[in-house]
Parts: sequence; C-alpha cells; structure tokens
Amino acid sequence: MMLDIYDFYDKMERNNIMLSFKGDITSELLTSILQIMESKLDNLQEEPKIKKKVYNVLVECLQNLYHHMDEIAPDQSDKIRSAIFMIGKIDNQYNIITGNYINNSGVESLKKRLEDINLLSKEELKEYYKLVLNNGEMSLKGGGGLGMIDIARKTGEKLNFSFFPVDDKYSFFSLNIKISQ
Amino acid sequence: METISIEGTPKTPTITFDTGKGFLEIKGRSIPENSIEFYKPLVDWLEKYAGKPQSVTNVNIQLEYFNTSSSKCILDVFKKLEAINKGGSQVTINWYYEEDDEDMLEAGEDYQAIINVPFKMVQVAE
Repeated sequence: MMLDIYDFYDKMERNNIMLSFKGDITSELLTSILQIMESKLDNLQEEPKIKKKVYNVLVECLQNLYHHMDEIAPDQSDKIRSAIFMIGKIDNQYNIITGNYINNSGVESLKKRLEDINLLSKEELKEYYKLVLNNGEMSLKGGGGLGMIDIARKTGEKLNFSFFPVDDKYSFFSLNIKISQ
Repeated sequence: METISIEGTPKTPTITFDTGKGFLEIKGRSIPENSIEFYKPLVDWLEKYAGKPQSVTNVNIQLEYFNTSSSKCILDVFKKLEAINKGGSQVTINWYYEEDDEDMLEAGEDYQAIINVPFKMVQVAE
C-alpha cells in the first residue's frame, strides 16, 4: 500500500500542524517535544501568558499519554502501546490532539469522569481540583487524576473527546484540547 | 547543620535547603513524569529537620512551571512544613509568580487554602 503523502501533507498544512508524532511515548521523547515546542512558541513571540498556558496544558496531555502506556499494556505489542499526538494553531487558537488505545473495560468510567468534569463551572473546577489534590490517591508513577481537571481549568473549555471501537478488547480514545487567547 | 542541594534539570527544579539558616528554596521547573521519586529526598530531609528546626523557617517557591504530578508532592512538602510550623518553628512560605501569570497565582492560593501556614504571594516582573 502506498501512503498518499501529499494528501497527508495537505491535511496537516490545512490544519496548521506545528508538530506531530506517532509511536511509543518515552520520557526522552517528551523532553524533546517540549524543547521543540518551547522554541516554536518563542519564535512565534507569543505573550508569556499564552506561552505558559500552552506549555502547561501540553505537559499534562503528553504525560497523560505516557502514564497511560504502562497501564494499558505493560507487555503488549508495540501497536497497542503506540499513541498519536499533534499540535496546531489556527487563527489565534491552539489545538492539541492526542489519541491512544484504551481497554474496552475502561471506556465507561473514563467517559463518566470526563463528562462529570465537563459539567463543572470554573469555580466548581477549582474546588474539585483542591479536593482531589488533598484527598486523592496517587499512582506509583505519579499520575494523580488531576491532569484532566487541570486541563479543563487552565483552558476554560469543555474537554472534547471521543471513543472509536477497534475490536472486542480495545477502543481508541481521542482528546481534542483548544486553547484560545 | 548542613546545606543540601539538588541541581536543576530541564524537568526538575533546583532545591537548596540550608538547615542552619532555616531556609528552603525550590526554583525552576517541576515537570518530571515521576515526581514521587524526585521529591522523596526533600520530604526525608524535612522529616529530619522537623526534629530540630530553627526558630524561623523561610521557604521560597519560585516555579516557572509545574505539572499535576508535582502538585501532589509539593502538597506533601507543605504538609511537612505545616507540622514544623505547629512544632514551634515560625514558617513562612513565599510563593513567587510572574505578573500576568494568573494560573501560578491561583495555584498558590489553592495551597494557601489547604495548608495552615502563613503564605506570602510575591509578584515578580516577567
């Protein structure tokens, strides 16, 4: 099969993709992506306020993917461990898109958690964040269940997500985060 | 009494803890994937310091970025400081934020609401 590379390029161009990656998410990869994005944000001469917001949200999105990898498939095939990440800027809005496999058994609880977050107002998100910060359990690797709440709080937008059924074991979870200026 | 320090990296802050002067500073970025491992030595030093603290303990938190994984560990550090404050050392936490960085100011206020230690919000120029 030949990948239509121009079609691929054209789609990325039209969506103004600044950086994208598909594959296994490692700590070293995250360091590199963050360095590249930081210099791109500097080159665009973004206001410090916007630069910080984009960087912070990016860190949370990428680390969500990273922590999720071992959860879903500590010893699974590379395909299942693989994830996709893109960041683009259209007009004055940054878009961060992530996609990763998730066990079908975890779909309902994640969906419920994200829907619950989306029901909260700015003030309620602040209270919920403090509650989870103070009482929540932390996983051994350091994921604390705060990431999604923090993203919703910092962007001031609803979490936009979807699940695509893949087979009887996995679904593909995608998250599309908007950061407006 | 000794000074303990950890050199900063692109993902972890510089930590200086001068137990003789009762001065602790956390400065830079705190965005490691595994923050528990990173903060463990500091939590241990504070545990030790709590046994014989100075009469006054000043803490400077000057972070440019921190992730949610670090936020729990920073809370653990503050809980140790809360115990030290209760135990007789007068603790002040100086929370630095750049002007315009509302998210960082709010983060400081979140901790202030949870932790029973005097906080000072210190605005610095960008």
